[in-house]
Amino acid sequence: MSQLTPQVDLEAYSFEGQESEELKDIDQVSDERKAELRMVGVDLDATRSRAGTFLQFDHSTVHCQSTGQGVEVLGIVQALKKYDGLPEYFWKALDKNHDEFTRAASQQDLHGGYFIRTQKGVKVPDPVQTCLFIKGEKVGQNVHNIVVVEEDSEVHIITGCATSHGVMSALHLGISEFYIKKGGKLTFTMVHNWGEEVMVRPRTVGIVEEKGVLQNNYVILKKVKSVESYPTIYLNGPGAIARFNSVIVTPTGSYIDSGNRIVLNAPNTRGEIISRAITTGGTNIARGEIIANAVPARGHLECKGLILGDGIIQAIPELQGRVAGVELSHEAAVGKIAQEEIEYLMARGLDEDEATSTIVRGFLNVDIMGLPKELQASIDQTIADLDASGGM
Amino acid sequence: MLQIENLQVRIGDKEVLKGINMHIEEGETFILFGPNGSGKTTLLMTLMGFAGYEVTAGKIIFKGVDITSLPTYERARLGLGMSFQRPPTIHGLKTKHLVSMCARNRNIDVYAMAQSVNFDKFLDRDINAGFSGGEIKRSELLQLMAQNPDLILFDEPESGVDLENMALIGKTVRTLLDGACDPSPETCMRDLRRRHTTSGLIITHTGYILDYVNADRGQVMYNGVLCCDTRPTRPRDILDHITKFGYKECIRCLN
Ligand SMILES: Nc1ncnc2c1ncn2[C@@H]1O[C@H](COP(=O)(O)OP(=O)(O)OP(=O)(O)O)[C@@H](O)[C@H]1O
Ligand SMILES: [Mg+2]
Repeated sequence: MSQLTPQVDLEAYSFEGQESEELKDIDQVSDERKAELRMVGVDLDATRSRAGTFLQFDHSTVHCQSTGQGVEVLGIVQALKKYDGLPEYFWKALDKNHDEFTRAASQQDLHGGYFIRTQKGVKVPDPVQTCLFIKGEKVGQNVHNIVVVEEDSEVHIITGCATSHGVMSALHLGISEFYIKKGGKLTFTMVHNWGEEVMVRPRTVGIVEEKGVLQNNYVILKKVKSVESYPTIYLNGPGAIARFNSVIVTPTGSYIDSGNRIVLNAPNTRGEIISRAITTGGTNIARGEIIANAVPARGHLECKGLILGDGIIQAIPELQGRVAGVELSHEAAVGKIAQEEIEYLMARGLDEDEATSTIVRGFLNVDIMGLPKELQASIDQTIADLDASGGM
Repeated sequence: MLQIENLQVRIGDKEVLKGINMHIEEGETFILFGPNGSGKTTLLMTLMGFAGYEVTAGKIIFKGVDITSLPTYERARLGLGMSFQRPPTIHGLKTKHLVSMCARNRNIDVYAMAQSVNFDKFLDRDINAGFSGGEIKRSELLQLMAQNPDLILFDEPESGVDLENMALIGKTVRTLLDGACDPSPETCMRDLRRRHTTSGLIITHTGYILDYVNADRGQVMYNGVLCCDTRPTRPRDILDHITKFGYKECIRCLN
């Protein structure tokens, strides 16, 4: 490697004193702020088409509300109080001693995060939106999120993580634990839009029971100093399914080491990891790992990378079959746009830039994530803007 | 419409076209025959201006403009279109998006257009992803309908097409070249044809396409040069001639 993962100096960030007032009325939020949130999928003007809204600004949970469609949305601190420390869920999927960041997260003040739990048997019709937002320079944000999808229920959670315009440097530590019970389905969409010097160290573990489904989408298109993220999902019940889709763009100066691990622990489980990466000058380590401990079990990893600048894409797909009869496969390709494809579009009258951006948009193909219209439109717009500004 | 003068083209170190002269009038449909490897596809690729086809001498005049060194998209915008034989798959690019991009600023009804080539069910598929031979043909025709060029280059429009689809493709090619051919009380067929100025350059081995289009003239490409430009120039006659005597007659012609 020509570059090493940027190291986090925990001392460099303030974990205290960045409190914000509670927002009783969401209309108090300025239009500018609303626009920042909309870019990561959190639409404060559309709260009526959201089953719940949760907002964390720096060290404070500022807003938390649900519309009673069969899903409970609480701040984590409140939930810990209400449910006697959430003994079944809090630090249960993830080990506090997992690494320096889980240790730091468990030792620092807990600033917030969300607790979202569906009601058994309810398919929550609208998405729940949550936002983990950093407003202050050099803020260290430490949040813990817990999602419980009860038996035979279904919910889509959109989590937008962003820094305010003008914030250059910050640290986000985010612990997330997902529990998907028998027959439950969680669609979890995360969109990142950080400041240029921000360091991001989420740690995520999910446990999926019989016939449960996790569909995870991750989109990061703008410059960030460093993201290191490696959610691990255990498919512990027969027939459980996990699917990861990620779309990652690394401009010059970005270092993103990101991937997913799926552990197939029961018969008839299925795991799929699909990632699309574009570098225009930054570094992307695209990891993926599927481990199969039971049969029959199937897993597929697909990692495609396009190098459009002087960046680096390193695809590291790993497959581990631990019993006879598992079916695991992977496909990885890192390259450039085929001249033939550009010429094809030019023969239809598109100039070289139009042809390139058409191919790039197709390559990123965010459509397959099945996102709400406004979020899809906002992502399309971000891609178009990047394109127009020569970011791609 | 198109005027090619002494065109010489190299691919890598290989001289493929060795001095081509050709002209196609407005509204005219020109048929190009010739054995495998003689340089027919190379001529079309050079006309479109693709990388790898190096023009070492001669020029190409299209609608009065010297396009010999213009980039491909400028040729396309001037009104040159081509049906690809083996187009690339572009993942994530839906057929309907490409079709509407082909129309540029013109307003078209993509769905109705697709229905006319029995391709409406493919509009949501990624372009060329897993398309069969016949489906590729219909997709190419649909894009050309949207693009509405003044000169259309077809490379073996009948290859890999079953009989039923041949009729559809033949008729669509005809519509593209001759316009909608239904006479109306105000205009007779002759006027309709005269008013329509789309030209065509069609490569064919089998000649099946001749059953559908009004082919005006033809020539044979042999080893990088054109022959039969003085003798039989009616495409039917050339086809009969090749069928009876093979391409060896072309060599005689040249000598
Ligand atoms: N990319 C290439 N590199 C090297 N030689 C090439 C290349 N493309 C074409 N040629 C050569 O140029 C010559 C003409 O090829 P071309 O494809 O134009 O023939 P054609 O007349 O279209 O044949 P067919 O009827 O088989 O389609 C052939 O000898 C071919 O091998
Ligand atoms: Mg050919």
